[in-house]
Amino acid sequence: MKVELVNLTKRWGNVVGADHITLEIEHGEFVAFLGPSGCGKTTTLLMIAGIYKPTEGLIKFDGKVVNHLAPKDRNIGMVFQSYALYPHMNVLQNIGYPLKLKGVPKQEIRKRVQQVANMMGIGHLLDRKPAQLSGGQQQRVALGRALVKQPDLLLFDEPLSNLDARLRLSMRSEIKRLQLELGITSIYVTHDQVEAMTMADRIAVMKDGKLQAYCPPDELYDRPRTLFIAGFVGNPPMNFINVEVVQEDGEYHARAEGFDLVVPSERGEKAAGRGRVIMGVRPEDVCLADDGIPGEIYVVEPLGRDDLLNVRIGEASIHVLADPTLNLRIGDTVRLRFNTHKVQFFDPQTENSLLWTD
Amino acid sequence: MSIAVAGDTTAARRKWDWARVRATLGAWGFLAPAAILVTVFFFIPVIILFVISLTDLSSSNFSEPLHFVWIENYARLFRDRFFPKILLNTVRYVILTLGFFNVGMALVLALLTTHINRRAGFFFRMIWLLPRITPSVVYILMWRRIAHQPPFGILNQLLAPFGVEPRYWLFEQPWLFVILVNGFVGASFGMIIFTSAIESIPRDYIMAAKVDGASTWQVIRDIILPLIRWPLLFVTTYQSLSLLTSFEYILLLTEGGPGLYTTEVWALTAYKRALKTYFGHNQWGYGAAWGFILVLIGLILSIIYLRVFRFNELVEEPKIDVL
Repeated sequence: MKVELVNLTKRWGNVVGADHITLEIEHGEFVAFLGPSGCGKTTTLLMIAGIYKPTEGLIKFDGKVVNHLAPKDRNIGMVFQSYALYPHMNVLQNIGYPLKLKGVPKQEIRKRVQQVANMMGIGHLLDRKPAQLSGGQQQRVALGRALVKQPDLLLFDEPLSNLDARLRLSMRSEIKRLQLELGITSIYVTHDQVEAMTMADRIAVMKDGKLQAYCPPDELYDRPRTLFIAGFVGNPPMNFINVEVVQEDGEYHARAEGFDLVVPSERGEKAAGRGRVIMGVRPEDVCLADDGIPGEIYVVEPLGRDDLLNVRIGEASIHVLADPTLNLRIGDTVRLRFNTHKVQFFDPQTENSLLWTD
Repeated sequence: MSIAVAGDTTAARRKWDWARVRATLGAWGFLAPAAILVTVFFFIPVIILFVISLTDLSSSNFSEPLHFVWIENYARLFRDRFFPKILLNTVRYVILTLGFFNVGMALVLALLTTHINRRAGFFFRMIWLLPRITPSVVYILMWRRIAHQPPFGILNQLLAPFGVEPRYWLFEQPWLFVILVNGFVGASFGMIIFTSAIESIPRDYIMAAKVDGASTWQVIRDIILPLIRWPLLFVTTYQSLSLLTSFEYILLLTEGGPGLYTTEVWALTAYKRALKTYFGHNQWGYGAAWGFILVLIGLILSIIYLRVFRFNELVEEPKIDVL
């Protein structure tokens, strides 16, 4: 099913939950709503589910406006962060509840629940109450309940946040695989950028109720349109350095105290002559090299596979990934080389990208 | 050798006993205030009540030594030709008031006021609390004015434009008014308990049910009611016991009438026999027998409720929060 949001807005008095959200989701697409707490992603999701009534704007399913439709008439499946399994019903009754409401005969319910439960690997737990299940099993029951009525649209509200790290990883790939197999249009709300990046076909980044960007993960990563997106997406997060870009002898230099970097002209020309701008560079685009810019190690955080170094160059503080076998210590001087083909520039006032604005 | 061993164990046991006493002392300390209250204001009065019920103590012989008639008061009670009527009245009063108002209306009010605008809900709950905070005499006075005989009666005046003949409503429908009067007061207790129980149900359950395809009525039937099962049982239990022993509104409204024992309930009979003067004659012993049987009924019902509704589970951790 194709989903369209047109100027979708939700206000409670002066509080704005979602602010003129406009986007389209193609049939079978997996879209993530990404943003920090309180950014309006869940509000938007609940409007699509029909729980909240929009203050303004339209929600269209396959071109038909559904603003006035009750949740029960939208044929959606939803998975909640708390799982929201009915505590007084066992697994069979929980998964079968949407079918019971549709008036499906008992035998048929039992058969279809068993099918879904087997697919989710919980076929042997049908008699259990939710309280007798582990977090991962509860998660599967919740997913089964959302899938059993063969919805046109699947909604996920931070479904993995309550699971431990290892389980989160395996459920992540399982949900992704299921969605691909079933081909059901899905919206996945999360504050975890890794989940969004790994699972979604497209990511809608939201902040303060506004849509910041809506694009595929790689574009979000390589061409962040705002300072917020650049800092929010990617782990460890992007380094930001206050620089001034000047043109000298046909080359563009990004300069700060103790810092002079020649940047490619197609990027440098857009940032030049603007006074102070913010340069962004990801930790993986910085490496240690003998011919680099010197700086002093301020903190060393061992991550196992890498050491995350915090290096001070003048007033700038830069995160770099380094080989742990180098045994670097706090106070050591290192030289950093920057991959200048990946640097980003942002306007410090508007916080918009100087490279990727239309 | 063996003596030494025996001595050791005794010493050990004495030490252990002391530790145990010290450990339980705290528990007794915390229990004491409640235990003293229950003893002084329930157990001792019940024993006194029972002793008096075995005598013919009355306002004509209270200066003489107690004269025991043993079970004569109880035999007389069961022989009373109005005994079946009073028993039936009591059952009817408790069941109808409980069913229609103290649980039924309370549940309807709680559901309605939690499904509308928050402020409006609060306002309506406040209105329903008014009967409870109105002094009972004032409250009954208003009801008697409402159902007064022609040419008076607010009800008569309200119904007159619809062509309804004026009548003495309270005399023609005494039971209707007995139940309305008690129910309007009683509904607020359950309403408050149910409202807080409904509001403590996590919103996710309701949302999940709606997305699963449930209508408002189906959400209430399948999710809300099962989740407030314990508060429901609690209110049913508590209110049936308190209705059983209540009589003040009936006393003020109908005095058990009109006519002979039309709306007289057990507790009212006990009161009248023991404390209301019939030709200057208080039959304390006979009234105590009526009262004591009511205590027994209450105790038996409590035990049944405790068993059937598994009250010990109710007072454990709250069931609503279990995910």
